[in-house]
Amino acid sequence: MRYAMAVDTKKCVGCSDCVVACQTENNVPIGFCRDWITETVDGSYPNVEIELRSERCNHCENAPCVRCCPTGASHIVDGGVVLVTHDECIGCGACIQSCPYDARYSHPDGYVDKCTFCMHRVEKGQLPACVAVCPTKCLYFGDLDDPNSDVSNALRNRKYKVLADEAGTNPQIYYLI
Amino acid sequence: MNEELFISGRNIPNIDPYLNIWHWQIPIYLFLGGLAAGILFFAGLFTVMGKEKEMETTVKWATFLVPVALVLGLIALFLDLKHQLYFWRLYTVIRLQSPMSWGAWTLMIITPVSLIWAAAYMKELWPGWNWKMKILDDFDAWVNKNRKYVAWVMMFYAVILGIYTGILLSAFNARPLWNNSILGPLFLVSGMSTGAATIMWMSKSHYERKVMGRIDLLLITIELFLITHMIMGFLAGPSVQLEAANLFLGGQFTVSFWVFVIILGLLFPAALEVLELAGYKVPVAVPAFLILLGGLIFRFIMVEAGQITRYLY
Amino acid sequence: MIHLYCLLINKAICILNLHQNYISRYLDMTNRRDFIKISALGLGGAAIATSGYNIGSKLMAAPGDGEKVKGTNLKRYPTYCEVCFWKCAGWTYVDEDNNIVKVIGNDDDPHCNGRLCPRGTGGPGMYNDEDRLKTPLIRVKNENGPDTFREASWDEALDYTAKRLKEVAAEHGPECVALFNHGSGGKYFGTLLKAFGSNNIAAPSFAQCRGPRETAWIATYGEAVGSPEPTDIRDTQCLVLIGSHIGENMHNGQVQEMSDAIDKGATIITVDPRFSTAASKSKYWLPIKPATDLALLLSWINVLIEEELYNKEYVAQHTYGFEMLKEHVKNMTPEWAYGKTTIKPDLIRKTAREMAKAAPAVIVHPGRHVTWYGDDTQRIRAVAILNALLGSWGARGGFYMKETAHLPHETTPPFPTPKRTWRDAYPGQFKLASLALSSGICDATIPSSNRSCSFKAWIVYGTNLPLTLPNMDNTLNAISHLDFMVAIDTMPMEVTGYADVVLPECTYLERYDLIRTSPHREPYIALRMPAVEPKYDSKPGWWIAKQLAEKMGLGDYFPYDDITELLDWQLKEVGSSLEEMQKIGVKKLERTSGPLYFSKGENIEFNTPSGKIELYSNELAGEGFDPMPVFTKHPEPPQGFYRLIYGRAPMHTFSRTANNANLIDLKKENNVWVNPKVAKLWDLKTGQYVWLKNQDGVVSTYPIKVRITERIRWDSVYMVHGFGHSKKELTRAYGRGANDTEMITKVMMDPIMGGTGMRGNFITFLTEKPEEVES
Ligand SMILES: Nc1nc2c(c(=O)[nH]1)N[C@H]1C(S)=C(S)[C@@H](COP(=O)(O)OP(=O)(O)OC[C@H]3O[C@@H](n4cnc5c(=O)[nH]c(N)nc54)[C@H](O)[C@@H]3O)O[C@H]1N2
Ligand SMILES: Nc1nc2c(c(=O)[nH]1)N[C@H]1C(S)=C(S)[C@@H](COP(=O)(O)OP(=O)(O)OC[C@H]3O[C@@H](n4cnc5c(=O)[nH]c(N)nc54)[C@H](O)[C@@H]3O)O[C@H]1N2
Ligand code: SF4
Ligand code: SF4
Ligand code: SF4
Ligand code: SF4
Ligand code: SF4
Ligand SMILES: [Mo]
Repeated sequence: MRYAMAVDTKKCVGCSDCVVACQTENNVPIGFCRDWITETVDGSYPNVEIELRSERCNHCENAPCVRCCPTGASHIVDGGVVLVTHDECIGCGACIQSCPYDARYSHPDGYVDKCTFCMHRVEKGQLPACVAVCPTKCLYFGDLDDPNSDVSNALRNRKYKVLADEAGTNPQIYYLI
Repeated sequence: MNEELFISGRNIPNIDPYLNIWHWQIPIYLFLGGLAAGILFFAGLFTVMGKEKEMETTVKWATFLVPVALVLGLIALFLDLKHQLYFWRLYTVIRLQSPMSWGAWTLMIITPVSLIWAAAYMKELWPGWNWKMKILDDFDAWVNKNRKYVAWVMMFYAVILGIYTGILLSAFNARPLWNNSILGPLFLVSGMSTGAATIMWMSKSHYERKVMGRIDLLLITIELFLITHMIMGFLAGPSVQLEAANLFLGGQFTVSFWVFVIILGLLFPAALEVLELAGYKVPVAVPAFLILLGGLIFRFIMVEAGQITRYLY
Repeated sequence: MIHLYCLLINKAICILNLHQNYISRYLDMTNRRDFIKISALGLGGAAIATSGYNIGSKLMAAPGDGEKVKGTNLKRYPTYCEVCFWKCAGWTYVDEDNNIVKVIGNDDDPHCNGRLCPRGTGGPGMYNDEDRLKTPLIRVKNENGPDTFREASWDEALDYTAKRLKEVAAEHGPECVALFNHGSGGKYFGTLLKAFGSNNIAAPSFAQCRGPRETAWIATYGEAVGSPEPTDIRDTQCLVLIGSHIGENMHNGQVQEMSDAIDKGATIITVDPRFSTAASKSKYWLPIKPATDLALLLSWINVLIEEELYNKEYVAQHTYGFEMLKEHVKNMTPEWAYGKTTIKPDLIRKTAREMAKAAPAVIVHPGRHVTWYGDDTQRIRAVAILNALLGSWGARGGFYMKETAHLPHETTPPFPTPKRTWRDAYPGQFKLASLALSSGICDATIPSSNRSCSFKAWIVYGTNLPLTLPNMDNTLNAISHLDFMVAIDTMPMEVTGYADVVLPECTYLERYDLIRTSPHREPYIALRMPAVEPKYDSKPGWWIAKQLAEKMGLGDYFPYDDITELLDWQLKEVGSSLEEMQKIGVKKLERTSGPLYFSKGENIEFNTPSGKIELYSNELAGEGFDPMPVFTKHPEPPQGFYRLIYGRAPMHTFSRTANNANLIDLKKENNVWVNPKVAKLWDLKTGQYVWLKNQDGVVSTYPIKVRITERIRWDSVYMVHGFGHSKKELTRAYGRGANDTEMITKVMMDPIMGGTGMRGNFITFLTEKPEEVES
């Protein structure tokens, strides 16, 4: 099992609903976030292009944050999901330094927090909160090993890219372009 | 025109707009670690070479600073932790891939070793000293008998500690400024240089100061070479590393780096040391102080600047 | 590192300083009705609970039998969202400690299909806002200084309001009382006012928003477009957006369906001077010169007719005036339009052909906020005509025939017939306006020699007039002439500062309201019920209106003790019940009005004078207006000035979310979009704060951050409406960003229906603090 997400940049409108939904679902304190939206603008008026991306932890296959964690608080669970056990985290910040995507933050309570792929929902057969709320349905989540999963279907006939490929982390969030 | 922006207003404390998760504690920790490594290395080296007499400050007196430096360093590290109640978790596992982990374990070993080393010189420093406990006295005697072996162990761990202070940073691929293989040796050499400077400052013996001065000159030369090498490496690297190098070549750290680290921290004290070797009278405190300060600032700059460099956005 | 800290600290200090100076200036505006800082009172609001009305009845509060959500410690209660007017149905989730943790869409609701938009998802921020109005407030006149508010019990505040309204009625007639409303609770106050003897009931959603569209549609099709728009986007093959910035305009169902349409490969054509998000998703973006859309529309009509691409059968069967239209647009060629719009003729032709190719599964979107340049009814007429030529009205993938659920009305005594209406203030004008004009009532509040009576009292429910109506000075001037004003709001918004009485309503998550019956493909009903008890001493709107009615002797118009009685009765009449709706939230009723689309050859009787779709309008001609749209040239920005255009940010609704902690976290201030060429000319940098000054010399109270971007034309600047709040009580919104309404001092009034065209204003930049510039 390999959980992954695909983001259709051609449909995302950058509304940030996925961000609020994550905050209310996962009790992310105001001022912090586990996902965020970027916009890149290219060209010059009137030949302009923009790309909108909903970003979050990439649940890297080759996760530097897990490697550098001195206590094992950052770990990989079944399905390749990278999680942090709050009670094992000493808040040293090494994993934050190690993440090329700046996907982690230091929770006001001291431990480090980040996207969990909403495992508490996925375990119950629900979609991650951000995926479930997205008004444009541009987020696809599922198991890459299952050819019929939403994410496999989304990737099948589309061009896609990952972010900061050169960082060598083998990220599992795919951007349909 | 090309524009890149967050539209969900990411503004996470200490993460945005650039990483600032490690503050003063980490550079202090790295500095003290490097200093300790330097002193221990020389103490071990001259013990092994059998020069305890000539190099008394190096082998004996300066090492009293080491446990203090290491404990202060550990305190700094502890202060940096955001989830301090869980500090003990560090010592529930050994994770070799994590520099933080093996750094913690290295300190776990070298701190007692250095303590023992210094403690076994207590009687010399304080002739009337008495451990008032047989087992300690026996241990003291054992250490003094096996000094050479302890010295080997200590040198070994000192090198690890010294390199570790650099590797702690260079292990982070995600920060282009840190992500280079030179940082380990560079921090080791720089740490040794600060150790040598400390010894020079403390030593009353002209001979000892001269030896350490020569060593220090050599270290400074190596350091300059490594720094040049590092910057050249950046310039030949991918764009993120170019941006990293630019922080020192016109960017916001240019002045602090070139003035405080290179000129005042390396070139100027080196010049003073040359003068002294050439027989001119130079108050030794000046180059020593400058080297220490330069080393400290260097670590502050590397930690701060490194956090600014990133892959995305 | 030190330089970094310093940089940040400096920035913070700068901003603080600026604000202190400029805020005080704004607050110093004095007129008879001083603007009151509610915070000056101390915030003991929560402590006052000495209401004479014990309404803690089990029905009103959360009944506590919300559905337990399996596998969690949460309960959920149905609601429909009030963060904008799309009214998506959802569920409010409450934890064991009665905290509202999240609001999630109801899967059965066609407005949202289980997915709320960011604002709806951020709904808990409305409830949790600690800046909320907490207790009724009564203005205290002060001889020696500015007025203040004092906290009052509900009993006292309502008694006082009733007394003052009756005094106004006794002196000037009840017709001199007007209601401004926007939102679910407006209905109750409408009933109250009509019972009182006035039908001057206006919402900014007409004259500042949809008015021209509805007027144009009624003139053409005999019916209004309505909300939600019956656009069959999910099945369309071609969607044409004229300014409608769907995706930033987060009207949920449309956003979702547009995304479905993208999936299905529909062609999207967006006409916008700005590279909107929608434009970025479009096959064709027409970067039009602002204020020239009518030329483009007419030339499209020209192409369809000249190239005989229009739907001949549909036109022949359903429309009136085709030959006149053909003659009218004869010379309005793409080449003619090019000179006006800057859109290349071949692009105009190509896009017209795309529309024709997709027809009738094509939607030329009628827009929503369409009060732009004063000729808006005519522009939307052109849109309506274009759709008629394509045969999209009543076609799959075009516009469906919506249906609304009908609930029976409670029986009340007949309303008295008012002696005067708002129209009397405008003899001979705006006859085609189907609803009252908020701006019109506002204007007719300022005494004038040619008007026998002006408005003397306002009831303001859920609309922040100073930021909502253009020409702020005019609004404040009108308010200063009032004998009495009561504001019912949830937040200490600007409008409340001018009221004599402020009544705190609880938020939508804490109250019952009327059943939602908005139209859709099928008729649906949706329930809103409280998930928690009202916070502080706030009360639901229905309760406030009913208590007022009782105190004014009009209690018979509210024939229930608790609104749940009314709801239960209404629901039972349509085969449901309150109990059922509390469990399901949304229910689909049977469609009874026939098929969703016109069938081939079907004879349709349109509600127009000719019974046809009127390409040519005798009605407009009769009122002295062009029977078919004619392009007029609008003023252009003078040298050094740029046209101010504004719009929506997807995560905010006007000013109502500006203090919402969840949403402000996403976007805490607006910025002014500037083309790089313009930025270079002015030496502006992204992130720099500037003040805006408009053609009439008005300078923005607060500075606004520059965003240099290729997404905007060089003759215009763009900003999001709803920021630049001046009330300190809005601790998060205060002084953040600039307020576009301040810059809108020139109003281009639509002569047909009184809409307030707001895009004829031009601004320039001040890079220094305005005082230094002025002196
Ligand atoms: N997130 C969010 N969504 C909302 C609302 C909200 O507050 N927040 N409010 C809702 C309400 S009540 C309404 S009425 C709607 C309004 O939403 P729309 O009906 O979409 O409003 P417009 O005025 O068309 O939108 C502004 C767009 O018009 C463009 N524009 C400006 N001048 C011109 C011009 O001369 N010609 C053309 N073709 N385009 C021009 C601007 O660049 C901008 O992209 O949004 C609704 N949706
Ligand atoms: N400059 C400029 N002016 C505009 C527009 C623009 O784009 N630019 N847009 C126009 C358009 S399209 C429209 S529709 C109007 C919208 O105009 P308004 O409806 O006035 O818009 P808001 O700013 O959302 O003001 C809503 C008020 O309702 C209050 N409120 C929120 N929830 C509740 C509630 O549950 N109960 C009560 N009693 N009050 C509540 C808020 O606190 C706020 O004071 O503005 C128009 N005016
Ligand atoms: S909710 Fe969907 S459309 Fe909105 S920003 Fe997130 S991914 Fe994009
Ligand atoms: S994105 Fe960052 S936090 Fe997530 S797995 Fe990769 S390195 Fe770790
Ligand atoms: S902050 Fe926590 S999770 Fe991150 S590396 Fe340190 S202990 Fe591991
Ligand atoms: S998957 Fe869950 S935790 Fe991750 S960003 Fe989406 S909502 Fe947040
Ligand atoms: S569109 Fe958004 S804000 Fe409007 S009613 Fe629906 S969820 Fe609420
Ligand atoms: Mo509107």
